[in-house]
Amino acid sequence: MAAAFTTRGLVKRYGPVTALHGVDLDVEEGELVGLLGPNGAGKSTLVKIGCGLVRATAGQTAVCGARAGSPQARASMGYLAEFFRFPGWATADELLILHQRLARSRGGDGERAELLELVGLTDARSRRIETMSKGMQQRLGLAQALVGTPRFLFLDEPTSALDPGGRRTVRGLLEELRTRGVAVLLNSHLLSEVELVCDRVAILSRGSIVAEGRPSELARPRGVEIDVDGGTRLYEGMGRDEVPALVAELVAAEEQVYGVRILETTLEEIYLEAVGDQAG
Amino acid sequence: MRGIPIVIGYSLKESLRRRVFLVVLILTAAFLGLYALGTNEAFQVVESRSLGGPADDPFAVDDRELTGATMFGLSMFGTLFLGAVLAAFLTLGTVRGDAERGLLQPLVVRPIGRSTLLVGRFAAAALVCGLYVVLVHAAALLITWQIGGWIPDRIVGPAVQLAAAMAVIAALSLLGSVFLSSTANGIAVFMVFGAGLVAGLLGQIGEALGSETLMDVAETASWILPFEALYQDGLAAITADSSGFTEFALTLGPFGGAQAAGVFLWPWALAYVALIGGAAVVAFARKDL
Repeated sequence: MAAAFTTRGLVKRYGPVTALHGVDLDVEEGELVGLLGPNGAGKSTLVKIGCGLVRATAGQTAVCGARAGSPQARASMGYLAEFFRFPGWATADELLILHQRLARSRGGDGERAELLELVGLTDARSRRIETMSKGMQQRLGLAQALVGTPRFLFLDEPTSALDPGGRRTVRGLLEELRTRGVAVLLNSHLLSEVELVCDRVAILSRGSIVAEGRPSELARPRGVEIDVDGGTRLYEGMGRDEVPALVAELVAAEEQVYGVRILETTLEEIYLEAVGDQAG
Repeated sequence: MRGIPIVIGYSLKESLRRRVFLVVLILTAAFLGLYALGTNEAFQVVESRSLGGPADDPFAVDDRELTGATMFGLSMFGTLFLGAVLAAFLTLGTVRGDAERGLLQPLVVRPIGRSTLLVGRFAAAALVCGLYVVLVHAAALLITWQIGGWIPDRIVGPAVQLAAAMAVIAALSLLGSVFLSSTANGIAVFMVFGAGLVAGLLGQIGEALGSETLMDVAETASWILPFEALYQDGLAAITADSSGFTEFALTLGPFGGAQAAGVFLWPWALAYVALIGGAAVVAFARKDL
């Protein structure tokens, strides 16, 4: 089976500005990949090319084996834009009916009820969108993206308008999608959120991928902290492999060992290191 | 193209829910009320101060025809204007305007495709505005007939031509919406519409002065902007059977620029809409959103 999303040598130029410099990225079936990067790094451009909203200058992009932007590619994906608006005159149910028709979904009433329940909007089914809070609209946007049971989802800042409770709902939703085998490319500024839910991250800076891998693979050991009678001792530069020897040494010295913590660089530190002076 | 009915349904529902139809209904009622008042007054004045002469007088003017045709011609202008306003406002933000507001992106990533969305939007606007001008035209005709007992020489043709003029304006507005923001496109569409009307006015002046140059300018402009040619042809058709001094008197009024456009008008109008629509589809397909 083809990867859910693939780009090879993706280039995008807007006049004299090059937004993407030959990006290669894969999202496998059922994989949840976080796309990180500072403002202007090219994240949204990458997502928009994948959705067929923006045309690439060079390179190939495919969604579930079909050329990005083709009807086949669009039929197998869902998309939640960073900046979106739904018609305020429509109710949540009417919006989903419209997208069911456009996506040629045969899910009917059952699909709509399930999606609204998934995003916690069951009670707002008949409510007009113009009366909903921004957070509710964002959750409705997620439900809209899931219409037609897509195999792949582009989510561009899906939690930017959500409160902590709403973010937790979205995290739960992403976990649920993982169990259903839906692949996701999650574009987000919230590093903690990405770290919690993503299988892999790709960091984009100035239009190029500067780091990519599982958060645990990208992390580097920062040292080991050991709690003993006299307090906490820090062993800088040590890692997991050195822990048994360190503990054995302390025990041999008749120290009481109460706890051991392996310190690693956080995703935030990895990110800041990767993007350098482009951060913030 | 299976998605076109879905887009048409969505567009109609949008107009209904945003109370576009309600506003149009109220203002059209006001327009028709004013028209009835004006027509009634015109017929009464003309009746009391008869402009005609003895029936055997070759210079006699048929008062009823002159008044009825003049008033009905003015109503056609009003109908064209109201329909143009509706066509422009229903379509001016279809691409760039909706994209800037974030309304367009969730729709175009669906499998229906951009051309289907554009064709659906065009069909909805042309349908609504076409139906609107036909109904207003029919209402004005009824009013004129009821008050003055006058009916135009041609009834169906001018109504269909007004409806076709709406399709031309909707196509131009859709093309503009690919490149321009809503405000800029609205201004552009109304300026183009105004240019067409000015060309008609030049034709009217040219007719009165006997200036071939002005009449040529008006005719050329009406072919470049065929909504104007359709309107002028429809206007000419309502007094197609007039003759004598009445016909001459009519050319001094709003009928001065009225020109029967001939057999090429319909093929040209259809080709024009297809060309403008095709250009809009191609430009939209290449546009980054």
